[in-house]
Amino acid sequence: MMSMSRRCSGFVAAFALVAAPLAAMAAPDAGVSQFTLDNGMEVVVVEDHRAPAVVHMVWYRTGAADEPAGVSGIAHYLEHLMFKGTDDMGPGEFSDVVRANGGQDNAFTSWDYTGYFQRVAADLLPDMMAMEADRMTDLVLTDAVALPERDVILEERAQRVDSDPGSILREQMRAAQYLNHPYGVPIIGWRHEMERLDTEAAIDFYRTHYAPNNAILIVAGDVTPGDVRALAEEHYGPIPANPEIGARMRPAEPPQMAARRVVLEDARVAQPYVARSYLAPERDAGDQGRAAALTLLSDLLGSGTDSFLSERMQFGSGNAIYTGAWYGGMSLDATTFNVTVVPGEGATLSEIEAELDVVLADFIETGVDADKLARLKRQYAADAVYDMDDVQRRAQRIGSALTSGLTLDDVAAWPDAIQAVTADDILAAARDVLRPEASVTGWLTAPAETPEVTQ
Amino acid sequence: MIPRILFAALAVATLALPAAAEIDIEEIETPGGISVWLVEEPTIPFVALEIVFRGGTSLDPADKGGAVNLMTALLEEGAADMDARAFAAARDDLAASFRFDASDDSVSVSARFLSETQEAAADLLRVALVEPRFDDDAVERVRAQVLSGLRSDAEDPNAIAGRAFAAAVYGDHPYARPGDGTLDSVAALTRDDLLDAHAGALARDRVHVAAAGDITAEDLAALVDRVLGGLPETGAELPGPAARSFDGGTAVIDFPTPQSVISFGQPGIDRHDPDFFAAYVVNQILGGGGFGSRLTEEVRVKRGLTYGIYSYLSAKDHADLYVGGASTANARAAETVDVVRAEWARMAAEGPTEAEVEAAKTYLIGGYPLRFDSNASIARIMVGMQLDGLTPDYIATRNDKVAAVTVEDVRRVAAELLDPDALTFFVVGQPEGLTAGN
Repeated sequence: MMSMSRRCSGFVAAFALVAAPLAAMAAPDAGVSQFTLDNGMEVVVVEDHRAPAVVHMVWYRTGAADEPAGVSGIAHYLEHLMFKGTDDMGPGEFSDVVRANGGQDNAFTSWDYTGYFQRVAADLLPDMMAMEADRMTDLVLTDAVALPERDVILEERAQRVDSDPGSILREQMRAAQYLNHPYGVPIIGWRHEMERLDTEAAIDFYRTHYAPNNAILIVAGDVTPGDVRALAEEHYGPIPANPEIGARMRPAEPPQMAARRVVLEDARVAQPYVARSYLAPERDAGDQGRAAALTLLSDLLGSGTDSFLSERMQFGSGNAIYTGAWYGGMSLDATTFNVTVVPGEGATLSEIEAELDVVLADFIETGVDADKLARLKRQYAADAVYDMDDVQRRAQRIGSALTSGLTLDDVAAWPDAIQAVTADDILAAARDVLRPEASVTGWLTAPAETPEVTQ
Repeated sequence: MIPRILFAALAVATLALPAAAEIDIEEIETPGGISVWLVEEPTIPFVALEIVFRGGTSLDPADKGGAVNLMTALLEEGAADMDARAFAAARDDLAASFRFDASDDSVSVSARFLSETQEAAADLLRVALVEPRFDDDAVERVRAQVLSGLRSDAEDPNAIAGRAFAAAVYGDHPYARPGDGTLDSVAALTRDDLLDAHAGALARDRVHVAAAGDITAEDLAALVDRVLGGLPETGAELPGPAARSFDGGTAVIDFPTPQSVISFGQPGIDRHDPDFFAAYVVNQILGGGGFGSRLTEEVRVKRGLTYGIYSYLSAKDHADLYVGGASTANARAAETVDVVRAEWARMAAEGPTEAEVEAAKTYLIGGYPLRFDSNASIARIMVGMQLDGLTPDYIATRNDKVAAVTVEDVRRVAAELLDPDALTFFVVGQPEGLTAGN
């Protein structure tokens, strides 16, 4: 009887032959079309007729990184306030209408975008457009609804950040990572500034950024591009463009010259760890090669049982109980490459950090395992198939790409960019990005009775 | 500016919504005698497969807490002639993904694999389930991860609240103990304990299987027999019904954190009770579905006390509960508890309005067909239906059952189900003005 592993490797050879046609069948642009309304509003349609449902999204090309200084959190506060009514609809009425029809609605804010979505039966699309178009320019706010909502976002901050030492560390590390760019300011806002946010600041931000020429409509599901075009022209078409809105210009990072170190001591920490972030280039339109290499670098270093960090620090020395690496290339401006190591009992943070640096240097020295790289590329090819199963996720990915300075062509080209990465590309990316002077090292630890000497 | 006429039209659209989802479920009996549900959907060349073994961490003997959880975590850490890394490499070569989870009622497997690799993926899944190795080094590595998680739980207000709740409510039932075990019990687990947990939890007499995607009934039947055929016919005895002790008090667990985590609960209602749908509507109005519920309106929207508050009917295999939760600033925790108690009592005494019942019903009816939107969700829903003891025709009739609920039903069930005297709170934090007691 053949052994299990041989049977599998036989199968892999067969699979390698079908990988290419599979990827072609499941390209990210399958069923995707795009057009622009006369007022500058971009429209993307993603067709998927398996269920009688539709996701209707409007994305604004504005987020926390576009806030004026001193009002951190205003983009996110405005997102909450967008549910508080217009000249035509009362507070909460938008959501009431969605819910009364069996639908779901919500919204999200990031540094680069703010998005609103509803998931409803496909025949309700015209009503969603009518209401979303209404609140693009006709928001009406009163203190009676806005002030309790400010308490809500303060509780949201308490829940997401203040109650979780790991979140506090991430916030402090980002603030240290970005010397000049507003990515260092938390999306939710700094508490002392959040406490002073008001309707005037929210309306200022709204008037400055919310307009059809700063928005992207994405409709995904059981629809046709023709129907969406007609409906979009009817509902969004009449809204005038705001000629004041231009390209987003944010303060850029200067050259980073010094490694930074952040130590958070918190009595609630039961499991200490070391986190490291490096300033890293993002995906750029027409130029995604470096980001593709960094994506594969993060997988090779820190994704899964047979990743380099896991092999060396969990299986090898056994000093770590968890290792991971993460890179998010979808970003308008410079992003970060992150590594985390959780020591086992018996290893100090100093020791595990020193070991991490040795292992990272070893990776660059050792080179890329060709089998692992081939395996990763096969997984990315298969992901293109699996991704087709979730139309909302496809829409989400397109929205974040378009608000991060990419185009649909870039989204379509990404799988090829991944497949084109060579071992040399990955090592070059590692050398470029894993530089101490562009890094922040964070320690999360409980207060020690006898403090450990920090280096 | 939008024309008012549009919203008049919306109310009409509500009635025109599809009342039933059109999902074509094939019920298959494999040659090996396992019942499997399939929705064949060839559009995308992959298969979503859900396998659930009833039992879960509640099967742990009292002195072996965490055995099923640790066993489940080790299924992907080496099987047959592969160690942990060889298994991961084989799985990744196929670009398949397997997720193994242990909960208090089940051990579940979520698998997805490309149609072309279905045989090799089945072989790999088979050895994970039937021939796990439990190598010493893998056991120690994963044990350290579980222990680290337990230490973190001890400092996590949500986990602390969950444990306090379970310990107080379930008496001496396994539900009362943490499913992941304790630092002491996990440290003491031996390889034999893991083999016992494996033999007890993964057996054919308690397995439910559903698949959706690009696979024929014939191929699926063969695949399921291949994956599960080597498992024992019977496993460990399931525990009996759990106690549901709610004293109506407010327990405060001191923990230094800026926000209090509040959990609350009372006895619930059986999934097969004729009043279940009316109870479901009661909860939808009181605390279900996020925005629009009375609790969200009163606690979040009007008073800004929390980012989120929820309630739901929890139908566990051995206990039906009605539970909820919220997080709020320590200074305002007492007010939050008071508002929840008041809303609970108001709903019990007065019931919902006719408009609230209609809105809840249209939401539940309109939203149901939208759930069946992907292979992954269809497979999950089907295996969930099997666990609930439902038959495939439920999908076509479920909305009729919701539609049949009357305002009178909902008011009667609200009065019968909601028990303000039993509603019990567990508050973790340093809430001001809140003292333990009834």
